[in-house]
Amino acid sequence: MGVFSPGFRGSRRDEDVRIPPGQYLERGFPVLSTGATERISTADWRFTVTGAKGETRSWTWDETIAVGLETVNTDIHCVTSWSKLDTMWRGVPIDPFLDGLDADATHVMVHSYGGYTTNLPLEDLRGRAWIATEFDGAPLTPEHGGPARLLVPHLYFWKSAKWVQGLQLMPRDSPGFWERNGYHDHGDPWLEERYSSF
Amino acid sequence: MTENSSAARRSVNDWLPATVVAVRSEGAGTRTLSLDVPGMRPALAGQHVDLRVTAEDGYTAQRSYSLSSPAGAVPLEVTIDRLPDGEVSPYLVDGIEVGDRLEVRGPIGLWFVWRPEQQDPVNLIAGGSGLVPLMSIVRTRATMDSPARFRLVIAAREPARDLYRDELDELELENEWLSVTRLYSRRAPVGDERGARRVDAAELASLVHPASSSPLTFICGPTAFVETVADGVAQLGHEGARIRAERFGASG
Repeated sequence: MGVFSPGFRGSRRDEDVRIPPGQYLERGFPVLSTGATERISTADWRFTVTGAKGETRSWTWDETIAVGLETVNTDIHCVTSWSKLDTMWRGVPIDPFLDGLDADATHVMVHSYGGYTTNLPLEDLRGRAWIATEFDGAPLTPEHGGPARLLVPHLYFWKSAKWVQGLQLMPRDSPGFWERNGYHDHGDPWLEERYSSF
Repeated sequence: MTENSSAARRSVNDWLPATVVAVRSEGAGTRTLSLDVPGMRPALAGQHVDLRVTAEDGYTAQRSYSLSSPAGAVPLEVTIDRLPDGEVSPYLVDGIEVGDRLEVRGPIGLWFVWRPEQQDPVNLIAGGSGLVPLMSIVRTRATMDSPARFRLVIAAREPARDLYRDELDELELENEWLSVTRLYSRRAPVGDERGARRVDAAELASLVHPASSSPLTFICGPTAFVETVADGVAQLGHEGARIRAERFGASG
């Protein structure tokens, strides 16, 4: 059924094959969080990974950076319908932090300072996710999740948890914060996995 | 199958055809649209919807807008601010008319919502058009018996930008549970001893329910405003999980 809105033409500025369905091009960088901004110094910051059997390992800021920063040039997509193209990040790939701790795990719960959580299948992290510490050539600001946020650019951006504190490997899926509050479990922007259907 | 069971199968992800049944100017560049959306599930106070408009050649654009109507209201209402460079908001504020059609998806979001069973005191802090979802919450509270006491703080640039002024004045006059404070940043009305300036943490402390009364605090507005206010409230000792913020980023 066609529902046309008489007189609407639109700006047509957003016709780019890199923009997923239902998204529009944003040139700024909107901030979206659930509450107040967390402020954590790099001296206090730790990244902790817990295996499915309960074993844990922790990294300090310097140990994390020492894993090796990569430059990540990518498009990002927020479920509130904006997409931003060609963003530039620096971050540490997630894979070395999973090694040896991912036995029996299929999913991961990401934990943030302040209590935010989000869940992902393990296969969406391996080779496709980073602990990002810089945006556009400068240290990541607290508003955008600094000192470090997860970067999983192929999923809607609520999966790229700000103020990331650690990962908990899980033998089965379990919903995180937004996933319990009306948003899709997986969040692929090309499939428009925006909202949960319950 | 009955009509009810087919409505129950509709997902929040489905676009539903909607008709504009009323429009109401809320001041320069702002308008409320009343939308009839058959089959839409009832909204909670503070939720938002996605609106999609389609040009005659099939080109579409969609944006998220907060509901201003109370929980469960039919027709539902959204209040829209026209953004100068916006693609969709100028059409919704100046173009679309009663009888025109568009599509609606939602209602969306289970975090920035107030539920009638919540009995704790409530702080509502609005910056500019961030008042819209907070108005949905106030209007919901006004339809029921509840012990929840509300403090609404509205920050605006100037009195000419006041949203819902008459209705809020009346609600405050008639209801002992509601207090409303208006703070102006650029130009204050004649006789306002506070004058025009930005809100700071000390002033906030004097206006909100204190942390000791375990209030829920809802903050909505432009990003910079929400950052300042949410930081300020957190510094007053309010627990992080009880501060609910919604930021209006650039969105056209």
